[in-house]
Amino acid sequence: MTRFIERNIYWIFPLPAALFILSMMAFPVIYTMWISLTDWSMTSSGAAQFIGLQNYTNLFKDPRFYNSIKLTLYFTILAVGVETVLGVGIALILNRDFKGKNIVKGILLLPMVATPVAIGLAWTLFYEPTIGLGNYLLQLMGLPVSNWLASNTSVIPSLAIVDIWEWTPMVTLIVLAGLAALPNDPYEAAMVDGASQWQVFRYITLPLLSPTILVAVVLRGIDAFKTFDIIYTMTAGGPGFASETLNIYAYNLGFGYFKFGAASSALVALLALVLGSSLLVLWMRRSWDQ
Amino acid sequence: MNNKKMSNYLWYLLVILVAAPFLFPLLWIVLASFKTQSQIVTSPPLWIFTPTLENYKSVFVDQQFSKFLFNSSVIAIGSTVLSLIIGLPAAYTISRYKQKVLGVFILLARLMPGIAYLIPWFMLFTKLGMVDTYSALIASHMLVGLPFIVWVMVNYFDGLPHELVEAAQVDGCTLQGAFMKIVLPLSGPGILTASTLAFLFSWNNFMFSLVLSSERTKTLPIAIYNFVSYAEVSWGSVMAATVVIILPAIILTMIFQRYIIKGLTAGAVKG
Repeated sequence: MTRFIERNIYWIFPLPAALFILSMMAFPVIYTMWISLTDWSMTSSGAAQFIGLQNYTNLFKDPRFYNSIKLTLYFTILAVGVETVLGVGIALILNRDFKGKNIVKGILLLPMVATPVAIGLAWTLFYEPTIGLGNYLLQLMGLPVSNWLASNTSVIPSLAIVDIWEWTPMVTLIVLAGLAALPNDPYEAAMVDGASQWQVFRYITLPLLSPTILVAVVLRGIDAFKTFDIIYTMTAGGPGFASETLNIYAYNLGFGYFKFGAASSALVALLALVLGSSLLVLWMRRSWDQ
Repeated sequence: MNNKKMSNYLWYLLVILVAAPFLFPLLWIVLASFKTQSQIVTSPPLWIFTPTLENYKSVFVDQQFSKFLFNSSVIAIGSTVLSLIIGLPAAYTISRYKQKVLGVFILLARLMPGIAYLIPWFMLFTKLGMVDTYSALIASHMLVGLPFIVWVMVNYFDGLPHELVEAAQVDGCTLQGAFMKIVLPLSGPGILTASTLAFLFSWNNFMFSLVLSSERTKTLPIAIYNFVSYAEVSWGSVMAATVVIILPAIILTMIFQRYIIKGLTAGAVKG
């Protein structure tokens, strides 16, 4: 028995995990694709009918679909963009040994590990136009008050701010790790050549750091794309549909209206987008490396 | 001398300025959890006030938070342990035998939006009568924890020398025996990192619990979300509930800070 295990450990060890992923991930995804070709919904009488690509034609004619893609891209690019700039900047500032560095790192971890739903609720109070700290701080600084989550124009940036608060530390920590792994030689050579701080940053640090920054951007991009908790908790896609990202849209279709067929087609579209962008990034990275 | 001290102080000030925004909202939440409703809604905000415990009382007594704490703990521990049991061996062979395809397959689960699984899961678990059971929730949470554990541990195992295992095999140990008796004990830090993060992700999970749980297995994130679904929002209770739910995460973070950082940045930096 033990000999059998040892000789076949190559597939015995991974088997449970592979089976689990197959049953919990692969089959559900395939099944979702199948459902997207039917008109299955909790409200229809009778069994689900195969309707081919009709869900997709409906989807592509639905302005809410395009709205959700636009909002998803807006949110993701805004949040990840600011997180990257801030994250790298903070990492550069913190990149030296000092007393209390571990405490600062610990503080940076807190927004990342705090439960997003709870954070979302707390920020909802913060964003409350009359009693919230948000407008109070704006007034202190002499700036006009905002409607934050209640207005079409400010809702996505308001949500992005929460995401930025939560995840900028992630970028910072990744970049800090990257900075720690940088080789010393280029810096010593630069010192010998009398390069200025800015030149060192621009021509040595930044290029050497860019693979790390890229990884951070990709990781954050994927997660920001999938953001659900804070949006659902804080606005549920509102006001109206002004914050209904693709995720929320698919969820509303499936568990709000219980139109499983339609929801599945939106999900397949979402999957295609996620896979497409990942492949795009992989391709970009390959050509970057050359 | 004066100049250097000055720039040092300025730099420390900068560090405080940088770290403060990340700490401030959390401090505010804690403060608010000890305020009454009227104290919370006053503007300008109250910094000095007599604290009250009535929010916490409401949270634990009226809202039965102990039950939700229990549910979240059972599910988080269960999914983490099970993910470790099936994930560690898989991570080992992926690392040792470079099973790239399997590795990519498992990591794909990290890419996919969780919502893509929800409709089939909901259907499947409804058919099996398993909605609102611990098993269904643990299984769904494992789909988040397992890829993460594999990701972290593959990286970790890549850094372990094979000679130790080979030496044990020369001494007559089977490969699986060597795995249990040598590799695993040496993997303490990696396992700690992976399990802390898997636990946190399960603890914080909202979407899967939203769809798959109901009265019996309601977890903390759902409970706290339900707080504000009713017309009258008692912000104090919400803040107290928030403190209760993020406190374990904060404690874990303070104890295992090094490991969490390692886990979150794993694979991001080469060499």
